[in-house]
Amino acid sequence: MASIGKLNRHQAKMAYLFITPTMVLFLVFTIIPVVMALFLSFTNYDVVSRMDFVGVDNYKRLVDDSLFWQTFKNVFYYAIVFVPLNILISLLLGMLMNFKRPGVRLFRTMNYLPTLTSAVAAATVWIWLLHPEFGLVNGILSYFGVVGPAWLAQTETAMLSIILVTLWQSVGSNMIIYIAGLQGIPEYLYESAKLDGATAFDRFRYITWPQLRPTTFLVSTMSIIGALQLFDQAFVLTQGGPGNVTKTPVYLIYQQGFNQLQMGYASAQAFILALAILIFSFINMRINKSEESII
Amino acid sequence: MKTQPSRLGRSSIAASPAVSYRTRAAAGNALFYAVSIAIAVFMFLPFFWSLMTSLKPSEDIFSIPIRWLPSEVTLEHYRQAFTTVPFGLYFWNSLVLAVAGVLANLFFGSLSGYAFAKLHFRGNTAMFRVLLAAMMIPGIVTMIPSFYVLKHFPLFGGNDLLGGGGNGLLNSFWGIILPGASGSFAVFFMRQFFLTLPSDMMEMARIEGCKEFRIFWNIYLPLTKPALATLGIFTFQAGWNSFLWPMIVLNDPDKATIQMGLQAFSYNYQTDYGPMMAGALIAILPILILFLLLQKYFVQGIAFTGVKG
Repeated sequence: MASIGKLNRHQAKMAYLFITPTMVLFLVFTIIPVVMALFLSFTNYDVVSRMDFVGVDNYKRLVDDSLFWQTFKNVFYYAIVFVPLNILISLLLGMLMNFKRPGVRLFRTMNYLPTLTSAVAAATVWIWLLHPEFGLVNGILSYFGVVGPAWLAQTETAMLSIILVTLWQSVGSNMIIYIAGLQGIPEYLYESAKLDGATAFDRFRYITWPQLRPTTFLVSTMSIIGALQLFDQAFVLTQGGPGNVTKTPVYLIYQQGFNQLQMGYASAQAFILALAILIFSFINMRINKSEESII
Repeated sequence: MKTQPSRLGRSSIAASPAVSYRTRAAAGNALFYAVSIAIAVFMFLPFFWSLMTSLKPSEDIFSIPIRWLPSEVTLEHYRQAFTTVPFGLYFWNSLVLAVAGVLANLFFGSLSGYAFAKLHFRGNTAMFRVLLAAMMIPGIVTMIPSFYVLKHFPLFGGNDLLGGGGNGLLNSFWGIILPGASGSFAVFFMRQFFLTLPSDMMEMARIEGCKEFRIFWNIYLPLTKPALATLGIFTFQAGWNSFLWPMIVLNDPDKATIQMGLQAFSYNYQTDYGPMMAGALIAILPILILFLLLQKYFVQGIAFTGVKG
């Protein structure tokens, strides 16, 4: 008995050694920052001068900061269009690409290619595609006699352009997730439904959609969290313009914190954004749960 | 290859006398291909267009109506991209950062993933749960405090023991590598894989007097090669494509990554679309090559993120 206890103790000691690097890095670069995030938002930290505790001053200032709320409005508009479209297109694409036909793997690969690109490279390419005079998009539109807008320079189309580019970049990987989800649905469900005379729409409504709920929950959660933290594409495609209509909270926090060095204030903004992400993830969770009880 | 059996199945059905069924199947097929091709063309067009632009002589680029193919192929824009800015250096910097990220995550991720999956110790589940929960924290929360931690990292970059005086790990590659060196995702991913491996090999090796680290390194780790490949590709892609964090940490132009270089190029040379497209394609190329070589592992990785939900 004693030797087994000794062996286990040795094993535990080695296990602690194995996880030490991970846990130390986790402590330094996750736990400490999370605790500090709240703390910094109550200070006037600006990298150069002395850091003082300023109470809720940052939050008071934030209430009247119209640019801050404008960025929230922008990103909500973006998320409200992007997230449902992302789910819908990925799901339809997943269903289409789940058919077993010759060549389907090639189509999957083509749809997946955009997800490999970095946000910066994709945005750079799309700046050129959306060029008002010489761009491919307006060039193709002109075949149909349509004069395309200056996509990135007009207030009405700038955010739509970002939505288009981010959709192009994200539906491919969500398509793969949906295909994996679809392949996990047992075949006999469809067979028995067919025997009972269920139409294709019924089968989707009562088998596919409910069976895919965990997948949809994952895809929607990830796209909400990603959408509310939109930065790269807005930074490269439009630099937040025209007239701040594509400036996002992360963009503002970056400028406030790292260009103007008002890190205390930027921390307060980041905290409010994190709160918004939490609330929307929670709402999304409730929607996914409530659906369960209906069906 | 996988489509073979179902094709046989379909043709045997189609051979049955029901003509209406056959025409419906043909219409379904036609619809499938029409829609799939249209979507694939849309998805691929930006790649095609940027490639064509990068190979066109400048006068072809600005033409109305648009010109689909170059009148003559030139590599001038690629030469320009590499000479106007040090693109080769940026490429190298990104490669170093991405490869270091991959190696660190593969090693630390599998080491602690193995411990969480196979070894018994107090606090195993609790610590693992905390790691897992941390994956839900949005990046924006830790952005500014992580900067603070890097800046005040003791004994580095001219800092004293209390983290004052210098710039810490800012403006060094360590500031990118260390925060992501053992991501929660890597630990979680490897743990799930180690759980699928049997434990009796471990018992046997212990009876033979094998050291714990050797059991991990020589017996279990070689069995996880497919998982390591998937995780490696994932980490490489994330490292290569990351933009905001390197931009915050690295100020020295000589340390800029390819994404930062590309962004600066497209901002500073706003009408040089030829070199811009050449640069964008170069920034995409390594991932594209990896993908074409190791497609299977990419897809497995994403399917895994789907399973965990």
